[in-house]
Amino acid sequence: MCRLALKTATTPFSPYCVLQAMETMQEGYDGSGLGLLLRGVEFKDFSYRSPDPILSGVAHTEEALNRLDQYMLQKKGFTKKYEHEFQVDLSEIAATDRYKYFTRVYQIPRHWNAYSKELIEHELMMTSLHLRKDGADHGEDLSIFSFWPDVVMIKEIDWPLAVGRALSLDDGRIKARVIMAQGRQNTNYGVNLHACHPFFLQGIATMTNGENTAFLPIKEWLEGRDFPGYTGYQSDSEVFAHILHYVIRQLKLPLQTYKHVITPLNNKELAAHPQGEFLRGLRDVCRRLIIDGPNAVIGTLPDETCLLVMDAKKMRPATVGGKPGEWAIASEMCGVDALVPDRDRSKDFQPMREHTIIIPPDRQELEIWSQFDQLPQTQAA
Amino acid sequence: MVPIRSVTSDPGSLSPNDLPWIIEHNEDRCTLCGKCAAVCPVNTLKLSYMRKRMPKIVLSSSERGSSYKTFVGIRQNTDVGQRCIGCGSCAMVCPNAAIHPIHNKTDRYRFQNTKKGEAPTRGGRRNEPGPSLLDQISFNRISMLTDPALDAGRHEFSLNTLLGRVLPPEEFIRRQTTGEWTPPIREIFPFIIGSMSFGALSPNMWLGLLQGVAYCNEVLGIPVVMATGEGGCPPWVLKSPFLKYIILQIASGYFGWDEIIRAIPEMQCDPAAIEIKYGQGAKPGDGGLLMWYKVSKLIARLRGVPEGVDLPSPPVHQTLYSIEESVMKMIQTMSMAFNFKVPVYPKISGSNSAKSVLNNLVRNPYASALMIDGIDGGTGAAYNISMDATGHPIASNLRECYLDLCAQGKQNEIPLFAAGGVGKNGNVTQNGMALIMLGASGVHMGKYIMQSAAGCLGNEQNRCNACNLGICPKGITSQNPKIYRRLDPDRVAERVAETFMSIKTEMKKVMAPLGRSQSLPIGMSDALGIGNKDAAERLNIRYVC
Ligand code: SF4
Ligand code: SF4
Repeated sequence: MCRLALKTATTPFSPYCVLQAMETMQEGYDGSGLGLLLRGVEFKDFSYRSPDPILSGVAHTEEALNRLDQYMLQKKGFTKKYEHEFQVDLSEIAATDRYKYFTRVYQIPRHWNAYSKELIEHELMMTSLHLRKDGADHGEDLSIFSFWPDVVMIKEIDWPLAVGRALSLDDGRIKARVIMAQGRQNTNYGVNLHACHPFFLQGIATMTNGENTAFLPIKEWLEGRDFPGYTGYQSDSEVFAHILHYVIRQLKLPLQTYKHVITPLNNKELAAHPQGEFLRGLRDVCRRLIIDGPNAVIGTLPDETCLLVMDAKKMRPATVGGKPGEWAIASEMCGVDALVPDRDRSKDFQPMREHTIIIPPDRQELEIWSQFDQLPQTQAA
Repeated sequence: MVPIRSVTSDPGSLSPNDLPWIIEHNEDRCTLCGKCAAVCPVNTLKLSYMRKRMPKIVLSSSERGSSYKTFVGIRQNTDVGQRCIGCGSCAMVCPNAAIHPIHNKTDRYRFQNTKKGEAPTRGGRRNEPGPSLLDQISFNRISMLTDPALDAGRHEFSLNTLLGRVLPPEEFIRRQTTGEWTPPIREIFPFIIGSMSFGALSPNMWLGLLQGVAYCNEVLGIPVVMATGEGGCPPWVLKSPFLKYIILQIASGYFGWDEIIRAIPEMQCDPAAIEIKYGQGAKPGDGGLLMWYKVSKLIARLRGVPEGVDLPSPPVHQTLYSIEESVMKMIQTMSMAFNFKVPVYPKISGSNSAKSVLNNLVRNPYASALMIDGIDGGTGAAYNISMDATGHPIASNLRECYLDLCAQGKQNEIPLFAAGGVGKNGNVTQNGMALIMLGASGVHMGKYIMQSAAGCLGNEQNRCNACNLGICPKGITSQNPKIYRRLDPDRVAERVAETFMSIKTEMKKVMAPLGRSQSLPIGMSDALGIGNKDAAERLNIRYVC
């Protein structure tokens, strides 16, 4: 079973601290992979300005990097503003063929200034999809994890702490306000860099422990949506991120409805729910998106909101704890302990099957939202 | 040349040895009670006098010779129309175990089965023994790595499926906001009692089924629905609260529809759905046929026809039998009749054109589902050749349609229902779940329910299959009160409930190891494996051996 850790804090902190928390939970994974997502980033040697997109990934050959440069600079007209140089020491990890880990800040092409927000977001997605495909067409010599403002992603195969040391993540040159990490590869499909969680699409990211047994029908359904971002699926958990994206961005429903889509209430419960009729209809039309694992899903949204939901079976552990300004979610209590040691433990919370835990961007207090409650927006009435 | 008259045989003469079933009668045990002959539905048993020589050898006497004993024995009629159908009723009623039919693999009767120039017909379904393709499919994506398998006995499972047009989520939300009409959707149990008409079935049988279905819904909480077949529905049912468990069928003969339409104002609830029959798997392209001897007074009234006349449904009907047109006309008319509150869907025979029909429906906002019936389906009366060799097997036909919907991103929108040989060899849950994982939202079963709930004797080796003749030895498919009184509706109801309870348990036993409990694994083809390479490739599932 994978181990998950997320920390969100008003003051940016080093990713290494999350890796240490992963270490406390080391019994749950096998060193077959680490995924890291940093949101609200701060570079020591560069003052980052938020709307500029950051491209994260790995080039496995020089040729791949050249192709990337050519595409980004010449073809698309991006300007490279900053490149974060990781102090790389590959002796710490198994992989040897990583030519370059890149985290690059770009400035969008001038003519994009006339674009609407939606169009820019669409173009960013299309750019990363293009690069990803380009890598796939050249024997996977280029791995792209994200291309989005304020987000850095790192994925590597090995123990989390070893990956952290290999990339010198403890040097304090890169920090963030939200960091999520997952240890272990997906177990049902091939070992592959892309398959490490978290999964990311247009600013929306999730990671999961557990197995999604309803993966194939969900994947087929999403692929049928005719939305270019619903692709990839080297892991059965990628659909969680895409469902969240679908609910929030395509259906434009409030975050709380995510839970109603992936784990709908039963008829009796719906009959007693203030919006039961709408939710029943929603359950029918989104029936394909019902997840069927035991899963805990942890995610973040572009505005730095963090969330945690359990599936209906509630057979996966997950705990949330912290204090105003600093919160942690982890698949095990020792993970939370390592992330926010000086909190009031009696206020730790383990969500049950009906809960969605929301940590709003202001990080002042937890919102424990129950599926039996009324939905927040009038639209859903 | 003049034939020799002394040999009493003509070209069509058969001996019991030429028939599919041979009666073995043990006259030592027979007490001549006559029960077997009385129960035999085809009158094949004849009591006749036979004479036996009793040789007498008395050594001390000069007297020589034999005496003769006359006794009553049983003869088997070898006339094709009255041949033994192997139903075994005689064995069931014989108090002394003195009689039983024996299957004869070398039967020749089928060469002669064209008496009076009529091609052979029968009821039942395709005579093809051995495991069906569905029987060969196994479920093998067992959860054990990151997640242990679930406990079928203790977890909560949601097993229901949807019948009705499912809107794309975006469209649903738009209509919610504007307050527009949303298509009706029923949540039902995925195993449905397939269409068998109130005409094909005896009154006791459908009463038993209806009682059983009501019990499943109201007491057991299993939302089973049953389809009527063409032939209407008794007015008291139409006006009862049980109507919501019934899928009313309309077909080319429109039998019973005036009764149904007349009853609309008095209906307490809506029917589960309306099924428009374009074809059925066992006689694709043919209309139904209810023979005169099954058109009893009751049936005649239900159907609005005179008593005792043959009732053929035309295979082609001006208003019905062009799919494109009828998708527009019939589906809309029927939806309108029920105020757009009842799902309306067509039933077609599995065929190469199923996909085109489906695509036609996808474009019709009122079409609620598509039911595809494969070649292994059963029927009340059909020509052998239709039943055995005309049509399309269900698995690949359904799969093709499902994948076609997937490719269009619409697999949620038109639910596909499959039928035709589900439970043919008794593995009803396994067959049904295999179809569901191939993409069906639910399955219909007819013959399986007759076999399990009422003890229908038919099998795929030409046993019984006399459903069309009104002589059903069990009283399931007869309209003759002398015969159907044999069937106790309460016992049928009890068996219906038992059957669905066990299907439910078995479904959990399939789903739990796959780690599924929250929703029916529709289209979960990654869980399927088959030891037949070609079938695996055709169905796009894993080949295992
Ligand atoms: S098996 Fe059936 S058909 Fe044959 S003799 Fe016995 S009762 Fe008649
Ligand atoms: S028992 Fe009745 S229903 Fe079954 S095959 Fe025989 S005649 Fe048909």
